[in-house]
Amino acid sequence: MIEITDLHKSYPVGNRKLHVLKGINFSAKEGELISIMGSSGSGKSTFLNVLGILDEGDEGSYTLDGTSIKNLSEKVAANYRNKFLGFIFQSFNLINYKTALDNVALPLYYQGVGRKERLEKSLFYLEKVGLADWADHLPSELSGGQKQRVAIARALASDPKVLLADEPTGALDTKTSYEVMDLIQQINEEGKTILIVTHEPDIAKMTKRIVHLKDGLIINDERIEPVKALANV
Amino acid sequence: MNSIFNKDFWKEILESVNSNGFRTLITAFGVFWGIFILVLLLSASNGFQNGIKRQFSGMSTNTVFIWAQTITKAYKGKPKNRNYSFNVGDGEAIRENIKGLKTISPRNRLGGWGGSSIISHDMNTGSYTVEADYPEILTQRSLRIKEGRFINHSDIKDKRKIVVLGWAIINELFEKGEQVIGSYIKIQGVSFKVVGIYEDVSINGRKNIDEQKKIHVPFTTFSQIFNQGDKVRFFVITGIDDVPITDVKEDIMALIRKRHDIHPEDDRAVGNWDFNKFLQKFTQLFIALKAVSYFVGVMILGSGVIGISNIMLIVIKERTKEIGVRRALGATPSIIRKQVLLESLFLTLFAGMAGVSFAAFVTFIVNLILDSKFPEGDAMLYNPSIDLPTVGVSLLILIVCGLAAGFIPAQTAIKIKPIEALRTD
Repeated sequence: MIEITDLHKSYPVGNRKLHVLKGINFSAKEGELISIMGSSGSGKSTFLNVLGILDEGDEGSYTLDGTSIKNLSEKVAANYRNKFLGFIFQSFNLINYKTALDNVALPLYYQGVGRKERLEKSLFYLEKVGLADWADHLPSELSGGQKQRVAIARALASDPKVLLADEPTGALDTKTSYEVMDLIQQINEEGKTILIVTHEPDIAKMTKRIVHLKDGLIINDERIEPVKALANV
Repeated sequence: MNSIFNKDFWKEILESVNSNGFRTLITAFGVFWGIFILVLLLSASNGFQNGIKRQFSGMSTNTVFIWAQTITKAYKGKPKNRNYSFNVGDGEAIRENIKGLKTISPRNRLGGWGGSSIISHDMNTGSYTVEADYPEILTQRSLRIKEGRFINHSDIKDKRKIVVLGWAIINELFEKGEQVIGSYIKIQGVSFKVVGIYEDVSINGRKNIDEQKKIHVPFTTFSQIFNQGDKVRFFVITGIDDVPITDVKEDIMALIRKRHDIHPEDDRAVGNWDFNKFLQKFTQLFIALKAVSYFVGVMILGSGVIGISNIMLIVIKERTKEIGVRRALGATPSIIRKQVLLESLFLTLFAGMAGVSFAAFVTFIVNLILDSKFPEGDAMLYNPSIDLPTVGVSLLILIVCGLAAGFIPAQTAIKIKPIEALRTD
């Protein structure tokens, strides 16, 4: 599903170059649930940006579901993001003047899906995250956990190949965090590939594989038996 | 999704406009105010134009008045400083030689320019202007016959001693309740039968009571009785509608000069007053007025547009994250650009149409006040109004302004990277 070889990325800082990713080799198969850990400055955000086609590496190759991601125009990049990827953000990033349902429908809108089908699909995913009753509510009327679940529904709406979650539980309390992780585990069990960036070890333990980044390199990559989030709720 | 008329697309725009209700209102006010002032200025200049036009309604405006003046150049052995007069033959020569003329009315008048004569009826006397006319003068001046009739061609042919009086004379010369039509008045001791009473319905006539106190007699009668021979004091010449009299008046005057052995370059020998040219000056004034209105209006509108542009920029900055999220969810730069442009277009058009409507409303109120204060319609301002082309033009200006206002914010918006979505605030 994901094939990354010898990925380098550096940013200019003043007149020097800051080498952030120093040759990352990484692959993920369909159906994996992976957490990417690392302290700040380890390059995990940059890594996620590259994975999410939000940024491009300087060297190395990135293949996503058989498609090489290289030198894309803004338009093609937008289409790939829409088609391949679903994003879950730490601060939810719901559009505050749109109802939960309309938020979920947004990726479908950008895909050009007709209104009726769009709303049907969106409602289906809202139901999946257990918020069908909240479809007509604005984000301001939802709790943090509910917001993140709406965001997850939105990420799922376009039926992407991979879900990318950037600190999905970073803004939530422990109980809510585990509820959200439970939802993520359920989605993974249905076969969706999911990558989670986190710095919380307990969250990482709920994934099937932990990748440790340090100073722009993968220093550890281990498969574990995930802790069931539901058990901790 | 790619159509401007897509319902979802407009829903998106309405939502984002709605989400900042108060700010939208303040922003839109600049454009509202600009177009309001533009349309108000235009309708005021329209009203001014209507007011002036109304002053001349009922008159043939494509008209020149010509009269004889002192000759100022020696020619063909004849000295300068001669005096001469037009004659009836001049009128016929003009009619035969100059194309594009509708009416040529020779006129005479008793006394000098604006001079008057002693008129009496029974024991009453008064001093009034006597004018010698052909029936055609009716097409050139706005005289309404209140009673009886005007001079006709039989009067001219038979040199009948008849008069048509201004209504304002009646009270001064006749006793109350006296039968006017059919009675006789004396002009310099000669009796004339009254056959009609006129009213000058031009604005000038309504303002100036002297215009209602004139006495019209048949031209030929006048010439004979007052020993004018074939003299003509002046000609009132009207061109046909699509020939501006200003273009042919030089030919007319050249003809007159030739007939009276006047030096072809003696510009002062034939006096003229060109009604058409006079009105053209007004037309130019109105064009200038309109240009100034457009200029001022568009300038004010310009500051409104800058306001919208400014606020849109701030909105874009504030919505950086939202736009980033949209980009991350698959919005292409062109979708974002289109949305920003249409948002600003929508704001501008909406505010602008509100401005046009408000201006129309104010104009309506002004009209009501004008109608009640000046029921005769003789105010300087008459029926200030916005015509459809003006609305069309202002709509066009608004569209251009809206797109212009959205351009810089749109460029800013498409520079926002989807990566912004990942930034935590």
